[in-house]
Amino acid sequence: MTAPPVEASAAEGSPSAGPSGAVGSAMRDYVVRVRGGDAGSLPAVLGLLVLVVVFSVLKPSTFTNALNFSNLIHQSAAVIVIAMGLVFVLLLGEIDLAAGYTAGTAAAVMGIFATQRGWPWWVAILGCLVTGAVIGLFIGLLVARLGIPSFVVTLAMFLGLQGVLLKLIGEGGTVSIRESTELIAINNEDLPVTLGWILAVLTVAAYAYVTLRRATLRRAGGLQSPPNVVLLGKIVLVAVPVLAATAYLSIERSPRVDRVSIKGVPVVVVILLVLLVGLSFLLTRTAFGSHVYAVGGNAEAARRAGINVSQVKLTCFVIGATLAAIGGIMLASRNNSISPNTGGASTLLYAVGAAVIGGTSLFSGKGRVIDAVLGGLVIAVIINGMGLLNQPSSTVYMVTGAVLLVAASVDAISRRRAASTGRL
Amino acid sequence: MTTTTESATQQAVSGVAPVLTLRDINKSFGPVHVLQGVDLDVYPGQVTALVGDNGAGKSTLIKGIAGIHPFDSGDYTFDGVPVTVTNPKQANALGIEVVYQDLALCDNLDIVHNLFLGRELTHGGRLDEATMERRATETLAGLSVRTVRSVRQHVASLSGGQRQTVAIARSVIWNSRVVVLDEPTAALGVAQTEQVLKLVRRLADNGLGVVLISHNLNDVFEVADTVAVLYLGRMAAEVSVADVTRNQVVELITSGRSGQIGLQTTDDAAAAPLPELPALPALGDPTSADGVTP
Repeated sequence: MTAPPVEASAAEGSPSAGPSGAVGSAMRDYVVRVRGGDAGSLPAVLGLLVLVVVFSVLKPSTFTNALNFSNLIHQSAAVIVIAMGLVFVLLLGEIDLAAGYTAGTAAAVMGIFATQRGWPWWVAILGCLVTGAVIGLFIGLLVARLGIPSFVVTLAMFLGLQGVLLKLIGEGGTVSIRESTELIAINNEDLPVTLGWILAVLTVAAYAYVTLRRATLRRAGGLQSPPNVVLLGKIVLVAVPVLAATAYLSIERSPRVDRVSIKGVPVVVVILLVLLVGLSFLLTRTAFGSHVYAVGGNAEAARRAGINVSQVKLTCFVIGATLAAIGGIMLASRNNSISPNTGGASTLLYAVGAAVIGGTSLFSGKGRVIDAVLGGLVIAVIINGMGLLNQPSSTVYMVTGAVLLVAASVDAISRRRAASTGRL
Repeated sequence: MTTTTESATQQAVSGVAPVLTLRDINKSFGPVHVLQGVDLDVYPGQVTALVGDNGAGKSTLIKGIAGIHPFDSGDYTFDGVPVTVTNPKQANALGIEVVYQDLALCDNLDIVHNLFLGRELTHGGRLDEATMERRATETLAGLSVRTVRSVRQHVASLSGGQRQTVAIARSVIWNSRVVVLDEPTAALGVAQTEQVLKLVRRLADNGLGVVLISHNLNDVFEVADTVAVLYLGRMAAEVSVADVTRNQVVELITSGRSGQIGLQTTDDAAAAPLPELPALPALGDPTSADGVTP
C-alpha cells in the first residue's frame, strides 16, 4: 500500500510559523495548491494580463484609451452575466445550451412590454426576468424531475426559443427600444464621477471590513486564520484594480468633448458588482450553495445526506435562466433594439467559454461566480483587440476557439494533476 | 425461536435494554422474499456484527433500518418504543446513522462541509462556519483522530482510512444512538483497517449501539461483542462472540446452522432455496406424457 502522503507532509506548513515566516508559508501553500491542480483564477488573470499587454503593444493608441476601456466593459457585460448563470448549471455537471436564446426571448418580452404595450420600464424588466425564470423552470422540470439529459432538453430549447423569439418580434423585424431611455441607460450611461468614487471606496471598505471581521471572529473562536499580512495583501489586491479602474473611468473620454462629455463608472458595473457579490454569497456562504457543490461533487452522497437533489437542480436552472434574462436586458440595451440575432450567434458559446476560461470546470463541482467575470473579460479583450487590429471575423473566431480550447485543456490538466495529488 | 432465547439470556446477563429491536421483519422485492421473519437486537455500548453470505439480506436489513427501503411488516422498536421508519430523515431523527460502503462523501468539499452535509448549521441564513469547524474538530478529537492535518482539507486529498474516519465521524456528530457501518474496512490496508476497527470499538465504548457489517471474520472477532448471522433472508443466530468459534460462524454463514445453534431442520426445509423443486417431477410425470399422445 502506498503511504498516505498527507500524513507525511503534515509536519511541514505547520501554523506555528512566526510572523516573518507567515507570508512565506502562505505563498508556499499557494504554490503547492496551484501545482496540485487548484489554480483558481490564476490562468484567467495571467491570460488577461498577457492579452492586454499584447494588444497594448500592437495598438497603443486605441486599445488602451479610456473610451475603449469603457467599451470593453459594455461589450462584455451581457456575456459575463449569462456566464454567471452558466456557472450554476456547470457546477452540477449540466449544461444550458439555451441560455443565449433565453436572453433573446426574455429581452424581446421586455421590448414588447416597453414599446408596443407602453408599460413602464420596470414592468418591462420584471416581465423579462419572469420570462427567464419560467424558461428555467421548464428546463429544470424536464431535467430534474423527468430525467432527460440537460444537453438534449436545452438543445431542443435552443431551437424552440429561436422560434419563439422570431414569433415575438415578427419575421426579420426588430423591436427598437430607443424611446425607452431607462432601458438604454442600463448598458450605455455612466454614473456621476463622484458617485462612482463613493461606490468604489465603499466597495473596498466593505471588502476589507468583511475580510478582517471574519479573521477576528475566527481567532476569537480559537480557529486558525491567515496572518494579518496575508489578509492585508488580499485587500490590496482588490483595492488597487478597483480604484485604478475607477480613476481611469473618471477621466473625460469623449472624442468630441465640445459636443458631449463621457466620464464616470458605467451603470452596468454596479449591476455586475451586485450580482457578483450576491451570487458569490449565495454559493459560498449559504447552505444552498454548499448543496450545489455537493450535488456537483457526488450527487448520490448528497441524496443520502438528505439533500433534495432535484430541487437543487431545478433551482440552479431557474437561477441560470434568470441571469440569462438579465444578460438579455444588457444585450438589448447595448444594441438599442431586439433583433432575431439577440442572444443568438456566438453569445452562448462566448458565455460557456467565459465560464470555462475563468476556471469553472466542465467536469462539475468546481467553479465560482468570479470565473464568469474574468473569463468574460478575456473574451471581450480578444474580440475588442482583434477588432482594433482590423482582423477579419474569420481570425477572431479562430483565435477565440483556440483560447477556449486552451482553457478546456487547463481544466482537464488541472483535474488530472488534482487526481494524482489527491485534490479535486 | 432460538434467537429470541439467546437475546433474552444476553439481556439478563448485561442488564441493559437493547436500544434497537427488530422482531419478525419481512421484506420482499416483487416475488423475491428477501427478509423472512428476521429478529435483531442492538445493545448500547456493544458492537453487533452482522454477517452473512452475499444475498443473505444484510444490505436490505440495514436499508430498512435506515428507512431507505422500509420493511413490509414486523416490529421496529427504538428505546422500547414502537416506531415507524419510512424515510432516512426519520431514522436520523431517532439517532440512527448509516455509514455506507461506498463512503458517500463529496470529494470537492472539505471535511467540515462533509461532516455537516445536508444538515449545515446556519445563523441568519448564513453558514455558521466557525461553529461547524469547532464541532468538527471536537468530534474528530473525541474519536481520537489525529491523522487529519486540517479540517479544511478537501476530502479528495485524504487516504482511504482517513476518508472512512470522516464518514464515521459524520455518523456521530449528531449525538446518534445507533451507528450502522457497512463493510468499513473492505477497501483498506492492514494499518488502516486496524485504525478503523479501533475507531469502531471506541464508538461502542462511548455508549453507542454499533452494527458492523463485515465479510471479514478477523474484524468480527476482533471488535464485535455479538454476532448476528443472516442465512438466505433468515436470522440464523444472534450469539455472543465469546460463545462461538470461528468455524461455527463459518458454518452458520454457509449452511444456516452449526450443531445446536442455527435454524432448525423444519425451518431449513421451509427455507429451501428452490421451492419449485417439488414441481419438477410433474413435468417428467409419465401420466402427463401419456396425456399428450396424439
